[in-house]
Amino acid sequence: MNSSIKASTLSSENVSVWFGQRQVLSDVNLVFPANKVTALIGPSGCGKSTFIRTLNRMHELIPGAGLAGSVYLDGEDIYGQDFDAVSVRIKIGMVFQKPNPFPTMTIRDNILSGLRLSGRKAENADEVVENSLKRASIWNEVKDRLNDQAISLSGGQQQRLCIARSLAMNPQVLLLDEPCSALDPGSTRRIEETIKELSSSMTIVIVTHNMQQAQRVSDQTAFFLADDNTPGGVVEFGATEQVFSGPIDQRTNDYVNGHFG
Amino acid sequence: MSESSVTKPAPVRRKLSAGPLSTGDKLFFGTASIAANFAFVLVATILIFLLIQALPALSSQGLPFIFGTEWNNAKDPIVMQIGPMIWGSLLIGALGVVFATPLAVSLAYLIVFMLPDRSSKAAASLVDLLAALPSVILGLWGLLVFTPVAAQWSSILNSNLGWIPLFQVSTVDNGFLGSPFIAGWIVAIMIVPIITSITREVFSQLDRDLINGALALGGSRLSTFRRVIFPTSSGAVVGGVLLGLGRALGETVAIFYVLQLSFDFNWGQILEPKGGAVASMILSKFGEASQAEVSGLIAAGLVLFILTLCINFVASVIVNRAQPWRKD
Repeated sequence: MNSSIKASTLSSENVSVWFGQRQVLSDVNLVFPANKVTALIGPSGCGKSTFIRTLNRMHELIPGAGLAGSVYLDGEDIYGQDFDAVSVRIKIGMVFQKPNPFPTMTIRDNILSGLRLSGRKAENADEVVENSLKRASIWNEVKDRLNDQAISLSGGQQQRLCIARSLAMNPQVLLLDEPCSALDPGSTRRIEETIKELSSSMTIVIVTHNMQQAQRVSDQTAFFLADDNTPGGVVEFGATEQVFSGPIDQRTNDYVNGHFG
Repeated sequence: MSESSVTKPAPVRRKLSAGPLSTGDKLFFGTASIAANFAFVLVATILIFLLIQALPALSSQGLPFIFGTEWNNAKDPIVMQIGPMIWGSLLIGALGVVFATPLAVSLAYLIVFMLPDRSSKAAASLVDLLAALPSVILGLWGLLVFTPVAAQWSSILNSNLGWIPLFQVSTVDNGFLGSPFIAGWIVAIMIVPIITSITREVFSQLDRDLINGALALGGSRLSTFRRVIFPTSSGAVVGGVLLGLGRALGETVAIFYVLQLSFDFNWGQILEPKGGAVASMILSKFGEASQAEVSGLIAAGLVLFILTLCINFVASVIVNRAQPWRKD
């Protein structure tokens, strides 16, 4: 399925971000190759959540936000003339820290909500629902109660429903902003398995506070850091194994070994 | 095994004290419960007063008091029937809600989601200021300033959409004055602040993650509002609207100036100066009322009181029922 949609390469070029007068990110250059999982790690306030939001233009919603640099999806600037925020977000899906299924909708309607929100017809809706839930590996748990309220699911199930909801849009890239931080270890493990399975069909970027998680799920890792009163930026970027076992920068070494953060 | 069959003494339950402990606590607790009970006593007293005063009229007029269409103090025995007034109150209240709700909800959306912080606060307090406007002022403004404008709107509606029964009039000679349409607008202006402030509160308590989730799925501002923000908050908004309606029904002075009273049912020709409203009728008749008439007017007040109580009750039921996911 989804053979028509292939994973894409996403890259950022000299991305800097301001909130009002305060610069929070400076010159971030990263490449997220197709079918790879990239983990963004770093202490709180280093700008990694802000950065992941620039990748689908979600940070624009914060008043006073400003941006310099470019983000390319298969070579096309998502801040350029040919894109608007809505079409960017259709191609680049996002899952948030806290599970946020729509409380007024059933499980089924949650899956179809993206299609309806973006004003598209849900053709063969049943198929979309089943495929999305299967890809998020939650189909077996919910197939008999698709018309129950989404809020009746457990936290971990809700988060996988939110992943399925994004998958229904057939995104080329999936951004996950600390998707497991509100979940128990069991649910976390299942979501990590899902992420690995999904990487065969899409590009994945995940922000995480959990060092083990980064090592388990990602192919490459970017370490973000913001020194006192300076904007955040990337200290080190490379293959996950290398970043964790043989970091070049001393600060990376200190962080991944738990000396701070 | 054998030990377990030996009867253990039943555990002695300890007495837990959840009540107030210190003297200060007791004093505070006592004052608070007196104040709380005072509200019940007040409502009950008002109800009893109304009942006693209204009884003569209610027993002499019977059921036609509520459904009939005649008020004649020259007749003997006196005839007092307020059907068109009750209906008129409901009609004007409904019109007010229909006019005010879209205004108030858009206003709340603007204040919460679109305006930058400073102007949002300014707009919110401006709307609240509208609520503080004395209704006499609003009534006079309605009579002197707004009525000619609304008459103009009525004329446009009538000439373009006159084929719809809603916008028909028997004659255009009265210049579209004194109609429920105009009174509905005055009521709308009065209840916009209360609906806005409740809706604003609901919107600002809405989980921002839901809105972000909808936008991240490719929602536009409009589709996000229609499919996520509104369904999630509609229960509370309906509650706000009904609270507004409760207020609108009791509103007297503001529409007293702009509304033509007549004891005919106005079944929905909203541009026709026909019908009335209970509160306006009480005000217009109270000054020169005979002993018997006063009893009738108080009975009308009683009807209004019960109507408002019912609406508030329905409001609370709807609010509770509309948000089942809030219960956990």
